Amino acid sequence: MTRVDDGAASAVGTPTVDAPSPGAWRIARWTPESRVGALAGVAGLWVLVTLPDWGTSSNMATIVEIMALLAMAQMWNLLAGFAGLVSIGQQAFIGIGAYSLLVLADDHGIDPFVAVWLAGLVAAVLSVPIGVLAFRLRGGYFAIGTWVIAQVVFLMVTNNTALGGGNGRSLLSLGDYDRLTREDYTFYTALVVGAGAVAIVVMILRSRLGLALRAIRDDEAGARGAGVDVYRARLAAWVIAGGWTGLAGGLIYLQRLNVQPTSAFSVQWTAFMIFIVVIGGLGSTTGPIIGTLVFWVLRDQLTGLGEWYLIVLGSIAVVMAVLAPKGICGLLNRIHPFQLFPVQRRLRQRRRVRGEVSAQ
Amino acid sequence: MRLLELDGVDAHYGQLQALFGVGLAVDEGETVAMIGANGAGKTTLLHIIAGALRPSGGTVTFAGSPLAGVRADRRVGMGIALVPEGRRLFPSLTVEENLLVGAHRRRRGTWNLARVFDLLPLLGPLRHRRAAYLSGGEQQAAAIGRALMANPRLLLLDEVSLGLAPVVVKQLYAALPGIAAEGTTLIVVEQDIGQALAVARQVTCLLEGRVSLRGRPGELTHDRITTAYFGM
Amino acid sequence: MEWVNAVVQGILLGGVFALFATGLSLAFGIMRLANLAHGTLALLAAFIAYSIVDATGVNPLVALLAVVPIMFVVGYVLERGLLNFTLGSDPLPAILVTFGLAIVIENLLLERYSADARGLDAGSIESASIRVTDDIAIGWFPLMTLAVAVGVLGLLYLLFARTRAGRAFRAISDDRATGRLMGIDDRHYYALAMGIALATVAIAGVFLGIRTTFSPADGNAQLLFGFEAVIIGGLGSLWGTLAGGIVLGVAQTVGAEIEPGWSVLTGHLVFLAVLALRPNGLLGKAAPT
Repeated sequence: MTRVDDGAASAVGTPTVDAPSPGAWRIARWTPESRVGALAGVAGLWVLVTLPDWGTSSNMATIVEIMALLAMAQMWNLLAGFAGLVSIGQQAFIGIGAYSLLVLADDHGIDPFVAVWLAGLVAAVLSVPIGVLAFRLRGGYFAIGTWVIAQVVFLMVTNNTALGGGNGRSLLSLGDYDRLTREDYTFYTALVVGAGAVAIVVMILRSRLGLALRAIRDDEAGARGAGVDVYRARLAAWVIAGGWTGLAGGLIYLQRLNVQPTSAFSVQWTAFMIFIVVIGGLGSTTGPIIGTLVFWVLRDQLTGLGEWYLIVLGSIAVVMAVLAPKGICGLLNRIHPFQLFPVQRRLRQRRRVRGEVSAQ
Repeated sequence: MRLLELDGVDAHYGQLQALFGVGLAVDEGETVAMIGANGAGKTTLLHIIAGALRPSGGTVTFAGSPLAGVRADRRVGMGIALVPEGRRLFPSLTVEENLLVGAHRRRRGTWNLARVFDLLPLLGPLRHRRAAYLSGGEQQAAAIGRALMANPRLLLLDEVSLGLAPVVVKQLYAALPGIAAEGTTLIVVEQDIGQALAVARQVTCLLEGRVSLRGRPGELTHDRITTAYFGM
Repeated sequence: MEWVNAVVQGILLGGVFALFATGLSLAFGIMRLANLAHGTLALLAAFIAYSIVDATGVNPLVALLAVVPIMFVVGYVLERGLLNFTLGSDPLPAILVTFGLAIVIENLLLERYSADARGLDAGSIESASIRVTDDIAIGWFPLMTLAVAVGVLGLLYLLFARTRAGRAFRAISDDRATGRLMGIDDRHYYALAMGIALATVAIAGVFLGIRTTFSPADGNAQLLFGFEAVIIGGLGSLWGTLAGGIVLGVAQTVGAEIEPGWSVLTGHLVFLAVLALRPNGLLGKAAPT
């Protein structure tokens, strides 16, 4: 018979420890690394918030793009790394976000910096029928299916002359703002979009939805048996991701000003998201952050190379997908396990040693 | 001639150790029974021999050559064939096609479709039926036939009686002497101790991954077997 | 009468889609691999043919005799050397790797051949046609394409139903681990399956190149069409791939008849309708898992 380890066994020489009683366990979420991470994050945000005072327009524009990519990557990671949904069609939401911004701001007179948030809402709403359709497929065919749906949206937009057809339209209502104010507002919006994406993912993972998603990812049948509504959990993740991706799409074009369908609905957006997440680390909250930075540096270094830039990106992604599926974060984790954001729960035992009570 | 030899074999499933230093020696032409309770490690041992699982320690030698690093499909060509636990026929293939797949990597020998249908007559009328539509006993017969088509020197049978009515089990076991008569070596893993002892010349009992008893059926008392089986 | 002609042309177009879809369907059926690089690989074949034609001046259909074996080898090596390591219960690595591969191949082609549209000239057969009525003409080449598609599917059917290799394919498709225990070298057979898939893709790519102009960026569109044909026809059925291709072809040509810019969109909408109403497809055996 195997012996049951009740924690009460003690080696010779150590003080006797009582058997655990109900109040003897607690759930700890914060780790030493996550305390450091939280401090670093707050410090970093503070630096960014003050950027308009000491940085250049070009710095700010760079940060805006980085924040948008970070948001997109966090959402793609939420889908693929936690919900088990690998989508190659996220560009649908970017385009929906961009065009919703256009219509709401230019055609309906809503302030663009308010409209961009509403655009995210539109994307979230439209993600429901898209998700319901796409969820009829699984795995690799789900991935292609989302791509097809993105193409459908693209074609419907391109065939619509009111939306500018194949040539697109410009975001004219932004002309009401002077350049410096517009840049500032875009910048602050970007900070909220980027930091918000990280915050949302962390919050989801700490919530019941996050537990459900991770259970589904590990063992779908088991999760179902435990009472998890797999379909609704996945759909919830899909809608959140779709909405925030739409928001990021709106943000991009808030900066670029000219909405062009081939660019807005380009699969390259998803390619970037995938690349960032694969490099940084799938299924981890810090992964997309690292990945975005690596991606940005690489893009900077490789801009002169034309097609080779994408060839290099694609090759790195392929190699990493095979050799290091958990990305840079995974590699770092093997050296020393760390958890930057307080998303994991650890069971810690309170030990009572000779009447003293101390929490570990 | 010593056909199969296991020496100090350990096996792990991830962190869980399933076999602890197991040894086994089987001569050519013998019928050997391996008994033990659920989870004792019998199927694990067969999987190690067949190549479905790599041992984490110890050696496995077949006909004098070590099997380390030899993939499962090549072992079939060397003469090791497995009748898996739960039959595991290919559901979309017919009975005949399942048998033919068994011959995918056949050695030279006497087993062919006709002889298999002779040995297991219940399969004849089923030859064009999809394996998914067979009853448990029919599947088991087909699984045995499939393994025979490879003309094995060593036939591994994993829990043939599992889930089958006693009448059917008797019929299947009636076929085994015919196979052994050809000179094939048999390792029969069974929870049904009665059937196992009836066919085997040597019995090994596993308990929680270790050999707890070894001997000839005639020499082993009921009490000794019970103790070794249940570990009491 | 234009509608009848549209349907006829659609059926013929279906042959092209079916040819494309066959390789996709094969890879998925045997290996559960959704090959996102499938379209780009077809373009690769077309460009290989282009280079051969450029260098030797032979008819592209003759160049096929070289392109098909080349692509077979590419498929075998690709599977054995890379894709075999991505297959498992998690579909993600395979999706990532094939997607990355599609990007790499497409951009390598762009680098080598530029984005200019090319064509493969097969000579007079391209424009020859049979005039059935005043409104309906059946082109020899589209007819040939359809015939080749049917022929390829027929050959594959025989391969799977009657041969030792075919049984091995079906066995490891049912149960890879047990197949190995029965003596089938699953790594080798997976690679063979990919080789065959890319051999059919070679035919599809060259025929596409003859039919229209092509450029490296066209791969994605072809992938989507092939995928739609597979889903419409139903997974797990080779003949379903033909049926799906034809339905898609007719949808596109009839759509073009309604409104010239709408052909591709109509095809997409028909696909979505099938997905919504009959996810198993027309002849499908399994849910699209």
